[in-house]
Amino acid sequence: MSLMWESMSARLLPEKLTVYTTLVGLLNARNYNFGGEFVEAMIRQLKETLKNNFYNEAVYLVRFLSDLVNCHVIAAPSMVAMFENFVSVTQEEDVPQVRSDWFVYVVLSCLPWVGKELYEKKDVEMDRLLSQIEGYLQRRVKTHVSMLQVWTAEKPHPQEEYLDCLWAQIQKLKKDRWQERHILRPYIAFDSVLCEALQHNLPPFTPPGHMPDAQYPMPRVVFRIFDYTDAPEGPVMPGSHSVERFVIEENLHCIIKTHWKERKTCAAQLLSYPGKNKIPLNYHIVEVIFGELFQLPSPPHIDVMYTTLLIELCKLQPGSLPQVLAQATEMLYMRLDSMNTGCMDRLINWFSHHLSNFQFRWSWDDWADCLSTDQEKPKPKFVKEVLEKCMRLSYHQRIVDLVPATFSALIPAEPVFRYKYADESAASLPGYAISITVGNAIKNRASNEEILTILKEVPNPNQEDDDDEGETFNPLKIDVFLQTLLHLAAKSFSHSFSALGKFHEILKTLTDSDEGKLHILKVVYEVWKNHPQMIAVLVDKMIRTQIVDCAAVANWLFSQDMAHEFSRLFIWEILHSTIRKMNKHVQKIQKELEEAKDKLEKQQHKRVSHGDDEDMDKNSEDEEGQLEEQIERLQEKVESAQSEQKNLFLVIFQRFIMLMTEHLVRCETGSVDISTPWYKNCIERLQQIFLMHHVTIQQYMGTLENLLFTAELDHHILAVYQQFCALQL
Amino acid sequence: MSVKLSALYSDSYVDIGQYRDQHFKGQLGEQESLLKYSPTLYVGNLSFYTTEEQVHELFSKAGDVKRIIIGLDKVKKTACGFCFVEYYTRADAENAMRFINGTRLDDRIIRTDWDAGFKEGRQYGRGKSGGQVRDEYRQDYDPARGGYGKLAQQHRPGEARNSF
Repeated sequence: MSLMWESMSARLLPEKLTVYTTLVGLLNARNYNFGGEFVEAMIRQLKETLKNNFYNEAVYLVRFLSDLVNCHVIAAPSMVAMFENFVSVTQEEDVPQVRSDWFVYVVLSCLPWVGKELYEKKDVEMDRLLSQIEGYLQRRVKTHVSMLQVWTAEKPHPQEEYLDCLWAQIQKLKKDRWQERHILRPYIAFDSVLCEALQHNLPPFTPPGHMPDAQYPMPRVVFRIFDYTDAPEGPVMPGSHSVERFVIEENLHCIIKTHWKERKTCAAQLLSYPGKNKIPLNYHIVEVIFGELFQLPSPPHIDVMYTTLLIELCKLQPGSLPQVLAQATEMLYMRLDSMNTGCMDRLINWFSHHLSNFQFRWSWDDWADCLSTDQEKPKPKFVKEVLEKCMRLSYHQRIVDLVPATFSALIPAEPVFRYKYADESAASLPGYAISITVGNAIKNRASNEEILTILKEVPNPNQEDDDDEGETFNPLKIDVFLQTLLHLAAKSFSHSFSALGKFHEILKTLTDSDEGKLHILKVVYEVWKNHPQMIAVLVDKMIRTQIVDCAAVANWLFSQDMAHEFSRLFIWEILHSTIRKMNKHVQKIQKELEEAKDKLEKQQHKRVSHGDDEDMDKNSEDEEGQLEEQIERLQEKVESAQSEQKNLFLVIFQRFIMLMTEHLVRCETGSVDISTPWYKNCIERLQQIFLMHHVTIQQYMGTLENLLFTAELDHHILAVYQQFCALQL
Repeated sequence: MSVKLSALYSDSYVDIGQYRDQHFKGQLGEQESLLKYSPTLYVGNLSFYTTEEQVHELFSKAGDVKRIIIGLDKVKKTACGFCFVEYYTRADAENAMRFINGTRLDDRIIRTDWDAGFKEGRQYGRGKSGGQVRDEYRQDYDPARGGYGKLAQQHRPGEARNSF
């Protein structure tokens, strides 16, 4: 019985829900006790999933239960009672909105399956239920919605908050007298058998109370890119407020959730969706996939999965899917002006990776309109970044040959090293002579001491006297050494990594101060500004080998020197990668601390159970002492790491606030509109920090509110913070 | 029973393949064990011209890459069409097996497989001529992998002279 439950578990194949409920219905008709046990098992399962924050699973369990009403396993009134208990959560006070949201969502999302049956049996109660829900939906706070929308524009398709959309769909379903024709209902064929069955009553189910550590699902916005005008031939796409649209999208999302690790199976399952002849399936599939890829704060699965899945789908439907994909790409391009910056990043990465699998074939001329506008506008920016990514997956000449000559202004720079001391034309530069000496020393495998001695000769432009006492910050020394070293190692990533490793000692000495760290980053940028990919990997290596720290990288990215690169994708890739490294570092030490604590506990247990043995006692005490010391050290390490992490976020937010305030003040004094492309980029990048690292930032909300996001802040900037809080993540 | 159920949790792209390194130094079963937990991948069917930068760009889509070692011809010390990609975590390497294996790099379908871990010496081809074994016996013409296979090249000595 439990085996059957396992294998039929609605969690695994929710898109086949009605097949399983029919089976349970038939078994229940034969054996009343089986039905009773099964329902009890499901209720137990539901309690468990809710306790463990598996809210997405719980939705399917409730939906399964509700479909069991259609199969005469569960009596309709008891289902209505369960729904009433769920909706009563909306009356609770002092709970996060996302909690009551979830309970309302569950009830509404079951109605396509069971609305008709419940209304036939209990229409008065259902009407009351729906009106309660309506009241709640009107009261809800919706500050969070704009942070989750893929486009800032309402046209051509408004992006609705998910509950609002579902409510509209259920309203329409009700108006249609609950006639729903899309869901496959095998139990209808067995009605004569099923209607003889005895039904069970659901036990009264009280939703578990709110716990402070509960993690309710995040609100969503419904992604729409297609409507009935877009599929030229064949079946018409169901309207955005039709319940069919909801069911199709639910099922397609389920299929992806089930099979995402196996792309061939996933693609095949998507394409064999039952009822596919009545809907423009390819359009639905493409819309659902892009909906997940662009979901804010982040896609449900790793980005690259969607690229590979789309490629598989193109392979299976070579005559139709590529065209739909091209159509979608065109539409996404046309709406770039209002597309969220973080979503555009994902579009850039997807499109370039996709093209690299199809010989970069694209009708670039169709996008010639991007050539006539300011390069900071979204369309030319997008094309530039795409070409840069395409180049990284191929090589410079390939891109030159690929695009029409008219696009030459958007072609990325050739990724070559820029050596300051390259030849005699640089002879007048102060560091020139020593650069040659250092270069030769490195080539002749001089020791670190010998090289440091050579470098002592470098004059310090910051100092008046020849003061050798203490290693004061000498930017020229850093410049000469690093430029020369990286020049010699420019051939490949491995060469450069090897150089950083070999001369680690020298680099650590040179970057002992904060200014030193900042300057080394400056030099890396100077020499490799044509090769952002190289800059990113070098910065990564330098953080990992502690030549620079995370805060230094953040300060460098926000510095005046880098202001002209502020809207380029590589800047943000470096920043987010830096934050992730910091987060992983903290997690790693926390894990070590937990493991040490566990070990100590086990050790203490052992001692207690072997209480009488004196020898064991002594050894045990020693070990415990050692562990306690270790735990103390790790505790300190954790605190220090968390402090560094908090500081990193403070630096980043502070810099954002400074930049944005400057802009807002300048615009106000000049009576200029604040909404420049730069400003849109900046605000969305700030939002992105909040969204992408919300788990970590939650810990520091108090400090952020007290120090930075205070009431005195310009309301434009404060709004971002308030929207983030409204997500109640 | 559990075999049937595991089909519902299928993750076949991540399974260990058939290849075992004949030069592997260790106990019986050790290689299997290493393969099961390794964060290192072997990547094959690269073009000789594919660079470390291109490999890094592609494989970074699955996670942070720790290092890349480009496979070299033992004699010429030039790239000979394979490499190792090592991630910091196994989980990232698994995503590469799921989503990068079997897709294109430099216009070629590349193949990834679990590797027991890089050891000095393993970066060299083991074919008699210095490249990979597969390029010794290959009959087809592949311009990105030195043209004809080494054995086939020996049977075509007059080619250059015959063309006008």
